[in-house]
Amino acid sequence: MGARRYLTAKVVQALFTLAFVLVFNFFLFRILPGNPAQILARQRRLPVEAVRELERDFGLKDPLPQQFVNYAGDTLRANFGISFKFRRPVGEVIQGRIWPTVLLVGVATIGSTVIGLLIGIYGAWRRGSGFDMGSLGFSLVTYAMPEFWLGMILLILFASTSGLELFPLGNIRTPGGPASGIAHLLDVGRHLFLPALTLILALLGEYALIMRSSLLDVMGDDYIVTARAKGLREAQVLRRHAVPNALLPTVTLVALNLGFVVSGAITVETVFSWPGLGLLTVEALQAPDYPLLQGLFLLFSVAVIVANLIADLIYGYLDPRVRVA
Amino acid sequence: MAGLIILGFFLIVALAAPLLADSRGLSPVGATGGVLDPPSLDYPMGTDDLGRSVLTLTIWGSRISLMVGFFATALSMVIGAVIGIAAGYYGGWRETAMMRFTDWFLVIPFLPLAIVLASILGRSLFNIILVIGITSWPGTARLVRAQTLSVKERPYVERARALGAGDWHLITRHILPNVFPLIFANTILVVAIAILSETTLSFLGLGDPLRISWGTILEFAFNGGAASRGAWWWLLPPGVAIVLVVLAFTMCGYALDEILNPRLRRR
Repeated sequence: MGARRYLTAKVVQALFTLAFVLVFNFFLFRILPGNPAQILARQRRLPVEAVRELERDFGLKDPLPQQFVNYAGDTLRANFGISFKFRRPVGEVIQGRIWPTVLLVGVATIGSTVIGLLIGIYGAWRRGSGFDMGSLGFSLVTYAMPEFWLGMILLILFASTSGLELFPLGNIRTPGGPASGIAHLLDVGRHLFLPALTLILALLGEYALIMRSSLLDVMGDDYIVTARAKGLREAQVLRRHAVPNALLPTVTLVALNLGFVVSGAITVETVFSWPGLGLLTVEALQAPDYPLLQGLFLLFSVAVIVANLIADLIYGYLDPRVRVA
Repeated sequence: MAGLIILGFFLIVALAAPLLADSRGLSPVGATGGVLDPPSLDYPMGTDDLGRSVLTLTIWGSRISLMVGFFATALSMVIGAVIGIAAGYYGGWRETAMMRFTDWFLVIPFLPLAIVLASILGRSLFNIILVIGITSWPGTARLVRAQTLSVKERPYVERARALGAGDWHLITRHILPNVFPLIFANTILVVAIAILSETTLSFLGLGDPLRISWGTILEFAFNGGAASRGAWWWLLPPGVAIVLVVLAFTMCGYALDEILNPRLRRR
C-alpha cells in the first residue's frame, strides 16, 4: 500500500514538473522581448511584410490560449517545428545527434561513479592518510575547474602537435576512416578517450566526497561494532556491512547529477567537436536557431526530470523507510 | 585562512588593475607583442593571437569576473531570501506554490536554461548577471525557508506577535536577523558557482563581447585554436585564476559554515 502511494505521488510530481516545463517553454519564446518573428526580423533585417507573414506562419495572430493549445498539441505529437539552420524538422535534427551524447555521457557516468566510489571507500577506510588527504584536495580542485578548460589542457598535453599527439583533436571518427567492424569501434574509442576522461575527472571528485562522508557516517554505527566484535575481518566488515548502507545517498546523487552532466557535455562536446546534442546546442545558439534551441531545452529538461524520477524510485526501493514517510 | 589570503590577493589585483597593467594593452590596436609569443621577459605570460599580453588580459579580466560573481550572487540572494522567508513565514497554499516553483527551478538543468535565457536577452554584462542571478537562487530559498520555519516557532516571535507586531515587523526585526548568518554563509558558496557560471556562459559566446573576463579570454583562446596550436600560456593564466578564486570561495564558505553551524564541527 505504502509503496503504491509513494510511486503514484512521485509520478504525479514528475508529470506536474513536465507540465510546468511546457508552459515555461511556451512563454519564454513568446513573451520575452518580442515574439519569434520579431527576433528573426532583428537578426535578418526583414521587410515589414515578411515579418507579418512569419507571424502568420507561427500562428502569432491567434489569441494566446489558442496558441498554447496549438503548441502543447504539437509538442505531444513530437512536432517541434522546422530548424532555421538545418531547414529540416527539429525532431529529425535532434535524433541524428542523440547517440554520440548518450555514449559520452554514459561512459563518463559509469567511469566516474566506479572510480569515485572506490576512491571514496578507500579514503574513508584510511581516514587521515596521505591518500585520503590527496583525494580530498584533488576533489576540491576538480570541483573548482571549468571542465572545458580541463578539456583544452588535456588537448594540449595529449593531442596537439606540441604535446604527445596520442589522440585526435576532435570529432567522433576519422574522416574517410573505417566505417564498420572492429577498426571502426577502435577509431571511435580513440576519439572518445579524451572527452570521456575530461568528464570523468570533472565528476569524480563529487562522488568520492559523498561516498567518503557517507561511509564515515555509517562506520560509527553499532552494527559495525557488532560485526567487528564477532570477529569479521576489516575487509568483510567493509564489503558486507558498511559499503551497502553507505551506497544509498551516492546512488541517488548519480541520477540527480544528470543535469550537471548535461551541462558538462555541452562545453566538453564543444571543445572536442564531438557531434552530439551539446555541440548541436552551441550551433543552435550561434545561428541563432530558436525552434532547435527550444526543442533541445525541452529534451534536456525531460531527460533530467525522468532521471530524478528514477532516482526517487530507486531510493524508495533501496530504503523502505522513505516509502512510509 | 589560505582562502582569505587568495581572495585578498585577487581583490587587490582587480582594484589595482590600472596600476599593474596599461589598459591600452587590452585593445587589439594597442597591442605591441608578436602573434602567439611564448612567455618571455617582456611578456611574462606570452601573447595571444592579436599580440596582446595574456598577463594584462588576465589582470583586467579579474575585474569583470569578480564583479559578475558578486552582483549575480547578490541578486540570487535577494530572490532566494524573499521567496524562502515568504514561503516559510506565511505557510499554507502560498508556501506550497512557492516551493513547487523552487523545486522546478532546482530540477531544470542549469546550463540549457541559462543558454536559452541569455540567447533571448542578448549579450551584455547586465544580462549575464541577470541570467546567473535568476538561475542560481533555488538552493538558497530552500535553506532560508527551513531556517524560517524553525525561527518563527520560537517563543520570542510568539511574544512579539502577542504584543501586536505586524507581519512586516516580525519578518524584518525577528526572522531576518536570525536567518541572515545562514544566508551569508551560503552567499560565499554561491559566489564560487556564479564565477564558474560566468566563465562557462562567456566561453559559449554569451558574455559581453566588449568586456574582457576570464571566461572571454578562454573563449578567444578556444576560437583562436590555442589548444591545437599548443599555446598553453594563453589558457593557463585565466584558468589557474578561476581555479584559485573558486577554491578560495569554497574554502571560506565551508570554514564559515563550520563556525556558524556548531554541529558540523568534528567531534
